[in-house]
This record gives sequence, structure tokens and C-alpha cells, in this order.
Amino acid sequence: MEQILANGLYLGAQYALIALGLTLIFSLMNVLNFAHGQMYVFGGFVTYTVVAQLGLPFIVGLFASAVVLAVMGALIEKFLFRPVIRKSKRDESTMLLAAGIAFFLDAVILLLFGEKQRGVPKVVDGVLNWDMRIIMPYDRILIAVLAIALIVGFILFMQYSRTGRAMRALAQDRVAAQLMGVDVDRYSMIGFALGAMLAGLVGGLLVTITGINLGMGGPTSVKAFLMIMIGGAGVISGAIAGGFILGMMESVGLTLLASYGDVTYLVIFVTLMIFLAIRPQGLMGKPWG
Amino acid sequence: MKRRVFLASSGLSLVLAVAASTAAWAENATLKIGFVGVTSGPAAAWGISNQRSMETRAAWLNELGGVKIGDTTYNIEIVPFDDQKDPKRAIAGMEKMAQDGIHYVVGPNVDDGAAAVRPVAEQNGIMYFPYAFPKELYTAPASNAILGMVANYQSGPAIYKYLMEEKGVKKVAFIAGNESDPLSQRDSGSAAAKALGLEVVSDTVTYQMDTTDFTPVLLPVIQTAPDLLVLSGVSPANAPQLIRSARELGYTGLISTETAQDAAVLAEGAGELANGFISVGGASTPELASDAMKEFVTRYTAMFGEYNDESNTKVYALEYIIETLKANPAAIDNVDEFKKTMDTFSAPNPFMVGDAKLTYVGTTSFGQKRQVSVPLVVNEFKDGKFETLFVAQVD
Repeated sequence: MEQILANGLYLGAQYALIALGLTLIFSLMNVLNFAHGQMYVFGGFVTYTVVAQLGLPFIVGLFASAVVLAVMGALIEKFLFRPVIRKSKRDESTMLLAAGIAFFLDAVILLLFGEKQRGVPKVVDGVLNWDMRIIMPYDRILIAVLAIALIVGFILFMQYSRTGRAMRALAQDRVAAQLMGVDVDRYSMIGFALGAMLAGLVGGLLVTITGINLGMGGPTSVKAFLMIMIGGAGVISGAIAGGFILGMMESVGLTLLASYGDVTYLVIFVTLMIFLAIRPQGLMGKPWG
Repeated sequence: MKRRVFLASSGLSLVLAVAASTAAWAENATLKIGFVGVTSGPAAAWGISNQRSMETRAAWLNELGGVKIGDTTYNIEIVPFDDQKDPKRAIAGMEKMAQDGIHYVVGPNVDDGAAAVRPVAEQNGIMYFPYAFPKELYTAPASNAILGMVANYQSGPAIYKYLMEEKGVKKVAFIAGNESDPLSQRDSGSAAAKALGLEVVSDTVTYQMDTTDFTPVLLPVIQTAPDLLVLSGVSPANAPQLIRSARELGYTGLISTETAQDAAVLAEGAGELANGFISVGGASTPELASDAMKEFVTRYTAMFGEYNDESNTKVYALEYIIETLKANPAAIDNVDEFKKTMDTFSAPNPFMVGDAKLTYVGTTSFGQKRQVSVPLVVNEFKDGKFETLFVAQVD
């Protein structure tokens, strides 16, 4: 049981961090960023390049992932999403654009980094073995702690910084925020950059554990959407809750349902369908949006 | 003025260069060989190594002046199609090959894709070389598919027998991804292990192909304390993670797979933890590789920046097609002629030292010769590279 909880917490921490970026972008711009998983993969490959190819310390790789993805996010918002949102009132325009960016990033990743699975050496060696009740490698513990620290840092930033308050105002009511003097374009760009940066940071963190490959983008996006559907789209606390709930469900399912084959995600999807039929706005979302 | 002269001379040079290259190509006819396989997504490494092997060998042959088949010399052109590991796309790819008048196709890489394209290939007179193991693709009445590698039901028993005799393995556990290829490989592997007298302690645990944490997946398997953990049909992307998680959970037994792997990927993803991992390789071990194989690796690396060990096996399919066409030029647009030639075909194997031959095999497994003969090389990963454990031949 202890092992199931530990696995669930570890998975939940990384999932929550992935979902945060996605839900931030959705809350600010009402954009479903289908390219979020590809941004995660790109971030992983940047860390891989810096650490494994250039031989620089892991923390430098992580920093590089954050910077590269933040710049990429800012450019995507400024030159792609902003003009489309300005010209089109239809939600599917941004959805199609996001899907196009996902395909484009897949192609860029293949060209720049190749088709192979990549990984970097373990950041910390050794395995915690608590009387065979919890077995957890130290590097996973470190990554989970870093992920939780980043989540806490993000919440504090959104709560107490001027930029964070402006973005929250924007998320609550775009028109009212604009009337109150909030520079909508500027904070939309910062928000998108921050969301992309979070995706890049998770990619950079997890490349030490799971490695990274070209095909991880799509499934990562799907899981991120699952999490924000559970927690409530556009709600920061909902994304965190959704991440931890999905992580825990996966851990419990993989252990208790192992003898029935790979039915864990089948059960999760069925549960989610029933849940959404009862509460379509998710745990913390509002029915009116 | 200078700018105008520069532009004019650049334009003229470009026109002359294009004209010269067109003239060089025009000397030879073109033989199109297709590739339908997965070159995107998590299993991209399988198809990309296929496509790049074909492109490397084709460029090499074209550089040597082309391939003489009968009285005509051909330049080889590879026509690739990414099926994205989707059977529907694989069918579309094979239909495209038929529309292009292509009669010889390498791929698909997976079971469902290979099964899906069978009607298209048979109706349009296409011979295809899948990297998929279902026996019904190769046994009569099917006759257009030729297995491009050693199947797991051929390599698995050889590996288990070796490990029983040499390492005292008694208990074996299987784990597989939740897709048709790994699941069918797990089932046949488990049956083979039981037939050899091994105790199968676990063969029900599966995982999603996009799993990012294998610890909870492996935990119930490791608790059964097997001597050998078989990663059935594992993709190169998942192998290092599974090995790493198993070792981190304290598993000290043997780990093996019947799929080809890449040493660099294992070294990066699992490091020292991958030492001792057993997998199926190709013909480029130092003991087996000929000078031509070494040059192939050099050319591949020069073209694409990095070699893929899976190409040790993938290098063969195009060679078989070309050499069989050389043996019977009438097969160039008639696959019935190709099939007739297969029964007696034999040519020197350029990629292996000694007097190794390219021949079609498979009579024992399929009742007809519908498999390329490639050496069954079983490797052990050690300190960043593969070492040959043993070599066997399949029929």
C-alpha cells in the first residue's frame, strides 16, 4: 500500500506540473493547446542536448529548457495565436492552429533531434528501500520534490506577483481586465510563455527518469487534457488536483488490476465518462465557464 | 553591374548543374522500390532505420553506376511512405505503391499493418517484406509476403534454451506492451518457454506504450522472482526504461528480448543497469561484419549523422530484392517470376565474412520459402556496446 501511495504521489507531481501549463494557457486565452505535449518533448530534448551532448550540468540543461520553451511560447502567441484570435471568433480556428503547431513541432523535433529514444545519466544514484515497503530511486524522489517546489513557486507567483495578479484578472474577465488597464496582449504572451516554459521544465526533469522520444508528445497532451477535465478547465487548483488524482488512479490501477491485463486506463476512461456526465465542469470548474 | 553579373553567372551555373545531373540520371533507367512503415511516433526508430538503410544502400549502388538487371542498368529510387503504425495508413501506402507501378515493397513494420496490406499487395502484384511475425502472412495460400528478419518464435526458443543450459534459468516472466505485436510475441514466447519445460511465473502484466513510469507496472512481475524477465516485443524507446525500473526495484536476474535494440539508446537510457541485457542483433558484430558491412555503416553515418544498430538487420531486404531480380530479370514487373526464383535462389552475402549466402528460408516455420536468411545473432549488452553471445541459422 505504501508503495502504491509513493508511486501515485510521484506520478501526480509530474502530471500536475504538465497540466498547470495547459490550464494556464486555456484560462488566459481560451485556447486548447494541442501542442503542449510536443513542447514537453522539445524541453526534454533541449536538456538532453545540453547535458548529454554538451556535457554541461543538469541544472544548466533545465534552465536552457525553460528559456528556450518560454521564448518559443512567446513567439507562438505573438505571431500565430494573437492574429488568429483577432481575426476569427470561432474557437475551432485556434484548435486547428494548435493541432498544426503540434504536427510542425513533431517534424522539427525529428529533424533536430532524430528518431531515437534519448536519455541523460541519473542525477542521483541509489535507491531508497524502506523495509521493502517503499522502494523508490533517489532520483525519482528528487524529481518529485523539484516538481512540487515548482508547483508551489508557480502558485506563489500567480498569487503575489503583479504579473500573476494581472494574469488572474485576465483569466477571470478579459474585458473587465482590459478596462482596468491590464495590457491584454502583453499578459497573454507572458502567460503562453509561462505555460510553454512549464511544459519544457517537466520535459527537462523527466528526461533523467523516463528519457524522451519523438512520439511522447501526443500521449502527453492526452493525459494533460484528462487532468484538466478532472480538475476543471482553466482552474489552477483543479489542474493540480487532476494531476494528483490521475497519478493516484494510475498507481492503484496498475497494482490492483495487473492480473487482469492492461485495463487500468480503460477503467480510468470509464470512470471519467461517468464523472463528466454528472459534473461536466470538473471538480473545481464553474458550470458557466 | 557586379550584382547582375553575379546573379547571371549563378543562374547559369545552376542550370548547367541541373542539366548535368539530369543527363547522368538519364543514362540509367529507374527501378522504384517502395517502403511502407512507421517513421513517426514512439516506434519511429524501427521504420526510419529501414528507410535509411535502403536509402544508404541505394545511394551507394547508384554511385557505383547503378544495378545491371538483364540488359538494363537501373538507378535505384526508394519511395517511402509513413504509415504511422496505423493499418489504414498502411493500406493507403500500399495502394500508392501500386499506383506508382511498384512491385517490390519493404515493410510494414508491425503485425496489423502487414496483415492489412495483404489484399492490396496480392491484387496488385506486389511482393512485400514485412517485419511482422504472424505465420498466416507467410504460409499458403499467402505467397506475396517475405519475412525480413528472424521471428520471435524462432529466436525465443533458441535464447531460452541457451539460458537454461548456460545460466540455469528455471523460472521466466513475460511483460508486454498492450499492442498486437508485443502481445502476440508474449503469447508465442510463453508457449515456447513452457514447451521447453520452463516455469512461467507471470505472463499477464502489460503496459501502455506511452507509460512514463514503469515502477508500478513491474512491481507485481518482480514479486514473482523470475530468473529471466522477457520484455516481449519491446520497442527501443521502452527497453531502457523497463530495464532501469526492474533493476531499481532490486531485480538481479536476467533480462532479454527478441527484438533488435540500439546500443547507444540503451547506454543513454539505462547506463550500467543495462549490462547483461540480451537481445537479437544483426550481422555487424566485429566477428561477422564484412568490409562491405563496415562501409555501409560508414556511409549510413555520413548520410544521417548517426548509425542505428537495428539497420544490421534492415540492410538485407533491399539486397534480397535486387539480387533476386538480377537472378531473374523477368521478375522486374512480374512477381510470379520472382516467386519461382526464390526456391533456388542463392547469391553471395556481401555483409558477412566467409562464404555466407543470401537464400530464402522458412520451410520449417511456414511450409514454403518466405523468409530472408539472416543470421540469428544473439547479443549481450556490456558497457555501452553489444557482444555476441551466440550465432545460429534459421530455417
